[in-house]
Amino acid sequence: MEAAYKGILTIFLGVGGCLLYYYLSNQFLDKVLYPAKGEKAGQNINRANMIRPWLFILPAMLALGLYLAYPVVATLWYSLTDRNQGGAFIGLANYQQMMNEPKFWEAMRNNMLWLIIVPAASTAFGLLAAQLTDRIKWGSVAKSLIFMPMAISFVGAAVIFKLIYDTRPVDQAQIGVLNAVWLQFEGGIGSWLILRLLPALLMLCGAAISIYAAYGVFSAIREKGGAVLRSIAVIFLAFIGYSFLSLAAGAFTAVHEYGVPQNWLTIPGWNSFLLMVVLIWIQTGFAMVILSAALRGIPEETVEASIVDGANPFQVFFKIKIPQISGTIVVVWTTITLVVLKVFDVVFAMTNGQWETQVLANYMFDKLFRANDWGVGSASAMVIMLLVSPILIWNVYNARKEMK
Amino acid sequence: MDNIAGKKSGLGWVVQISVIALVLLWLFPTVGLLVSSFRTADQISESGWWRALFPTQQNMTLRAADPDDEGAQALVGDLYVIEGNLFEEDTEATISVWGTSSRAIDAYKAGETAEMNDGEIITVQENGDYRWTSPEELSGRGQRVFVTATTPAEFTLSNYQRVLFSDDSTDSMANAFFNTLTVTIPATIIPIVIAAFAAYALAWMDFPGRAILIAMVVGLLVVPLQLALIPLLRLHLGIGIGKGYLGVWLAHTGFGLPLAIYLLRNYMVGLPKDIIENARVDGATDFQIFTKIILPLSFPALASFAIFQFLWTWNDLLVAKVFLIDATGETTVMTNQIVELLGTRGGNWEILATAAFVSIAVPLLVFFMMQKYLVRGLLAGSVK
Repeated sequence: MEAAYKGILTIFLGVGGCLLYYYLSNQFLDKVLYPAKGEKAGQNINRANMIRPWLFILPAMLALGLYLAYPVVATLWYSLTDRNQGGAFIGLANYQQMMNEPKFWEAMRNNMLWLIIVPAASTAFGLLAAQLTDRIKWGSVAKSLIFMPMAISFVGAAVIFKLIYDTRPVDQAQIGVLNAVWLQFEGGIGSWLILRLLPALLMLCGAAISIYAAYGVFSAIREKGGAVLRSIAVIFLAFIGYSFLSLAAGAFTAVHEYGVPQNWLTIPGWNSFLLMVVLIWIQTGFAMVILSAALRGIPEETVEASIVDGANPFQVFFKIKIPQISGTIVVVWTTITLVVLKVFDVVFAMTNGQWETQVLANYMFDKLFRANDWGVGSASAMVIMLLVSPILIWNVYNARKEMK
Repeated sequence: MDNIAGKKSGLGWVVQISVIALVLLWLFPTVGLLVSSFRTADQISESGWWRALFPTQQNMTLRAADPDDEGAQALVGDLYVIEGNLFEEDTEATISVWGTSSRAIDAYKAGETAEMNDGEIITVQENGDYRWTSPEELSGRGQRVFVTATTPAEFTLSNYQRVLFSDDSTDSMANAFFNTLTVTIPATIIPIVIAAFAAYALAWMDFPGRAILIAMVVGLLVVPLQLALIPLLRLHLGIGIGKGYLGVWLAHTGFGLPLAIYLLRNYMVGLPKDIIENARVDGATDFQIFTKIILPLSFPALASFAIFQFLWTWNDLLVAKVFLIDATGETTVMTNQIVELLGTRGGNWEILATAAFVSIAVPLLVFFMMQKYLVRGLLAGSVK
C-alpha cells in the first residue's frame, strides 16, 4: 500500500506543479507586470496580450524542442563521433561498421518485408471488415470486437501469440493452437494444397503485383521523366518482386516434417511472418475504423447511380467506392508504416531478434543498451529517421497546403 | 441501398458468415489467454485451452494408503482391510478403467475387483474409493493403481490470487501495477494541460511565427522516439533527474505533445469564432476565455487524446525501460515485468497468462467504455 501512497503523492506533485505554472505565470503577467489598471491600463493590456501567447506556448515549445528536435540533431552528431575516443569526430566510420555487420542487413531485409506486408495486410483486412460490417445490423458490435486488439499492449499481444505458437515435446499434448493444427496434416493431397500450393500462389501474387508496379513506374519514366527518383522506385520494387519470387520457390519446395511439432519461432523465414501476424492483428482494427468512416462519407448518389446502371456489388466496391476513398487508404497505409518502422516490443518480447527475426528498432536497442555501442546505435536510429523522413516531408507539405 | 431495385441481395448470408468468421478469428487469441488464466498449471499442460470447456481424460498413477501407517489396516473378521480414496485431494474426477500393472492399465472397469498374489484383492470405485483386502497382514508400501480418469471442466481463481496478492516478488504484479499507474496518470494529464494551452495559442492567438510552429508540430508528429533515447538519457543523467518517474513523465510528455497539439488545435480552430470574440469584447482575458469557454467546449477532443495517451503510456515498454527502470528494478512497470516473466517463467503459462491479462484488463475496460472518443480522435488525427 505504501507504493500506492507514494505514487499518489508523486502524481499530485507532478500534475499540480504543471497547473500551477500556468495559473501563476498568467496572474503574474496580469497583476504584477502589466496590471490592467492605473494610467497605463490600455498599453499594459496590449503588452500583456503580446506576451501571453508565449506564456501559453512556451512549455510546449520547450518540451518539443528538448524531447524531439534536439535529439534528432544530437543523434546525428553521436552517429558521427566515437564515444570511446572522447567524442571525437570520426566521419562515417560508425555507418561503415554498421554496414559490415550481417545482423544489420538482416534487420534491413526484415524491416522491408514488415514494411510491405503489415500495412498491406492490415489495410486489406481493415477494408474487408469495414465493408462487411457496414452492411449488417450488429456491425458496430463486430467492429468494436475487431478493434479491441488496439487496446492491448504489444507485450500483451506477444504473450497471447506466444501461447498460440507454443511447442511441447512430441509425446505431450500440444497446447499451442498452431501446433495442434499442424499435427492434423499428414502429408496427403490436402497438405500439399494448403502448405505448398497456397503459400506459393500467394507469394507469386505478391511478386506479380510488385513487378507490375515496377513496370508501371518504368514506363512512367519514359512518359513523364523524373528518372532519378523513379529508377530508385523501380529498383526497390524489382527487389521486392525478386524477394517474393524466392519466397514462392522456397514455399513450394520446402520439406515439411509432418507429425512433428515445430518450434515455430525458431524457423528462419517463417518466424518473421508469425511476428508480423501479431502486428496485423493489432492494426487491422485501426484501418477498419478509419476506412469505415471514409466508406460512410461516400456520397450515396454515386453508389445509387452505379446500381441503377447495373453494377454488381463487386463492381460497386472496386470501381465506385475504392477510388473515392483512395486518399484515406494512403493515410491509413502511411500511419501503419510509421508504426511498423518503430516496431520494437513485439520482436523484443517474442524472439529478441534471434533466429533471423531482427528488425531495425530492436537492432538499435541491442546496440545501445546491450553492446553499449552508442555510435552504431545512433547510426541505426538515423537510418530509421531516414526511412521516416519522406512521410514527414509529405505530411508537412500537406499541412501547409491545407492552411493556405 | 443494396436492395434499391426491390430485390434482396443474395450476398446477405455470405456477409453474415464472413463477419462472424472474422470476429471469431480476431477474438480467438485473446480468449485463449483469458481461458488459460483461469486454469491450473496441470490443466494447461494436459490439454489445449480450447478443450477447457470439455472434460479432460488423463492417465494417472495413484497409490493406496501404506499398510505400515498407523491405523491404516483394520482386521474385519479374518481379513485385513484397507479402505480409502485414491485421490489425495477432493476432485470431481471419475475413473473409467484401471489396472494394477503398468502393462495393463485398462484391465478393469470401475467397480470391478482385481485379484492379485497371495489372495489379495482390490476393488476400485468410480469416485476413487477402494477396498483392499488380504487374508494375511499387509506390509510394505501401498498398492499402485493405474487409472484413467475423466476430470470435468474446472476453473480456478488461484492464478489471480497469486499474481495480485502474493508476496512472491517475481510473480506479484501488485507493485508493477501501482508503478504503471504512477507513470500513466501524470503522463496523460501533463501533456494534455501543456498541449491545450499551446493549441489555444496556435488556434486563436496572433503572434509572429505561428505558421512555422504549426508546421513544426506536424513534422515532429512522425519523428521516431528511438532517436530520442540516447540524447535524452544522457541529458537526464547529466542534469540529475536520472532514471525515475520525473524522467519518464517528461519523456512521455515530449513524445505525446505533437499529437496532442495537433488534435486539439484542429478541434479548437473549428469552434465558433463569435463566442470568443464576444468574450474578448466583454473584457475577458485570453486566460479566462481559455479556462471558461474553450476548455469545456473542447472536452471531446481532450477525451480522445487522453485515451490515446493513456493507452500508449500504459502499454509502453521502450520508454519505461530506458527512462524509468533502474538496476534495482523497484520501479518496474507491468509490461517490463511480463517480458521478464517470459524469460524466467517461459513455460508457466498460468502465471504468464494471468499477468498478461491483469495488464491488458485496464486498457480493455477503458477501450470499451470510451470507444466513442477513441474513434473520434483517430478520425481527427489521421483523416484530416
